[in-house]
Amino acid sequence: MSQTFRNRIVDYTAAAVVLIAVFICLVPFLYILSQSLSSSKAIISQAVTIYPIDFNIDAYKVVFGDAAMLYSLFYTVILTAVFVLLALTVTILAAYPLTKKRLKGRSVLLLMMLFTMYFSGGLIPDYLNVKNLSLLDTPLALILPGLMSVYYMIILKSFFQNLPDSLMEAAHLDGCNELQILLKIVLPLSKPALATVSLLYAVYRWNYFQDALFYITDQKLYTIQLKLYNVINISQQMSGENLLVNLPSESLKAASIMFGTIPILLVYPWLQKYFVSGIMIGAVKG
Amino acid sequence: MQTMNSSVALDKQESVGIPLQKRKGLFYYIKQDFLLYLMLLVPIAYIVTFKYAPMYGIQIAFKDYNIFQGVSLSPWNHFETFKLIFSSPQFFQVVRNTLMLNFLDLVLGFPAPIILAILINELVWNKFKKISQTILYLPHFLSWVIIGGIVAQLLSPTGMLNSLISHMGGQSLPFLTNKYAWVATYSFIGVWQNAGWGTILYLAAMTGIDKQLYEAADADGAGRFRKIWHITLPGIRPTIVILLILQLGNIMAINFDRPFNIQNNLVMDFADVISTYVYRVGIQSANFSVGAAVGLFQSVICLIFLVTSNFITRKFGENGIW
Repeated sequence: MSQTFRNRIVDYTAAAVVLIAVFICLVPFLYILSQSLSSSKAIISQAVTIYPIDFNIDAYKVVFGDAAMLYSLFYTVILTAVFVLLALTVTILAAYPLTKKRLKGRSVLLLMMLFTMYFSGGLIPDYLNVKNLSLLDTPLALILPGLMSVYYMIILKSFFQNLPDSLMEAAHLDGCNELQILLKIVLPLSKPALATVSLLYAVYRWNYFQDALFYITDQKLYTIQLKLYNVINISQQMSGENLLVNLPSESLKAASIMFGTIPILLVYPWLQKYFVSGIMIGAVKG
Repeated sequence: MQTMNSSVALDKQESVGIPLQKRKGLFYYIKQDFLLYLMLLVPIAYIVTFKYAPMYGIQIAFKDYNIFQGVSLSPWNHFETFKLIFSSPQFFQVVRNTLMLNFLDLVLGFPAPIILAILINELVWNKFKKISQTILYLPHFLSWVIIGGIVAQLLSPTGMLNSLISHMGGQSLPFLTNKYAWVATYSFIGVWQNAGWGTILYLAAMTGIDKQLYEAADADGAGRFRKIWHITLPGIRPTIVILLILQLGNIMAINFDRPFNIQNNLVMDFADVISTYVYRVGIQSANFSVGAAVGLFQSVICLIFLVTSNFITRKFGENGIW
């Protein structure tokens, strides 16, 4: 009796602590969501917490009515799609040949790639490199420099390595060349891993802000993150040197933050399992 | 032995260790796997153009870089740039801040996912466990721009946390405007963003622990805490060690997005770190040589830290990262 009773206590305590952690994760979202849906009067009187007061969607009308905002949203969607397609291709082109142990120069190449994980030119040489290639202020500056993550390449490579050899051997005996084996056998069998790596690339491109700040000055080429950064920080400047004065634009800012978060919230719950599995494959063979 | 010139057979033969009948020339191998080498050309071109070409550009740290003369033609000034940065108090300030913030991440951010993973592992209601995990992973998927925006609203003098504090009769706290408070805010945001996602590797390691160990402990009358202490924790020790090496090795590395999006002018004494300093000096003020020198200093220290921590771990009989 006492043993099961103590077990119960542990169960409930663990659940309570996890529940608190979950609550702490959610509160900031609820607060921003409530602000975006509340009247400015309620916000200024600091009455808004985790539920909206004087519910209205005026802020969203303004944000969704802002052509520049919608433009940068669609631009970033397209940029992300193109990036994922190219990055996935390059990653496959590296991962597949590098699974072949017979390949001469394989270990040197692998070492060359791994070395870049631990040592890099740094921010300024990277910047000058992009500048010298005349990529500044072009969408390519946000695509080419991050085209292949060595870490994701290794995730994909270890997945390819675990595919049964017999299938590839059989295809080889049937006269398929390596490209045909890759396209007809390896890739169709690797759909879950390809999905994982694509999603990792997509999240990276969607969220990454630094390269847009460094390489892009043309407003037409602003990614959604850079656009949001300006929206959030310009209104801060308007509210004085410190954050003391609260402008009615608080709900607008909150709606802009939600605008940038919603795409992630929409896809994330359905795709979560792919992210988790990707981390696991990477961890096993790291 | 079927076809001798079959590359698959060749692979087999080598992996079993039977020596090839004759050493073949490089050309033979390239012809043998022409398509594979052709595929590799694309990633090689990428690595060379965007990873190794910037490394060539590191030399501007030892030069008076001039935009018109470019990397190769700018005149050498040897260690002048380094003398300049080593005599600048600001440089030491950003290095100190980088180490300080990373150290706090190590002390607070490193154990948080371990504790959370143990708690999640103890949960007995599967539905609750799944939903909790989904929500706990979520902050990891937000950009730092968005987190910075959320934080500015939540923790501002008129934000929700301060309104709650003043409702309860307390003094409002300068979470973002006092430099000491800011350091705590920065660390806590790191925990908030990463603790959930960080549990994944530990939870994976926990599912790999032999169930019989727990059954044997039950038979011996061990309680939950004993089982956690004697079975779960030792079971995830290799994972803890590897992640610890990685984090120790990266004690001088700091990303740009997180400090940049949380910092503000009032707290720069503590908030200015290497990455944001390099951005300001190197890109905004176009002192490319100084930016490159600071970056090189950081990269070299990082590499030394990583190699050393890996070496020490291996000395203690654990598996390192290589």
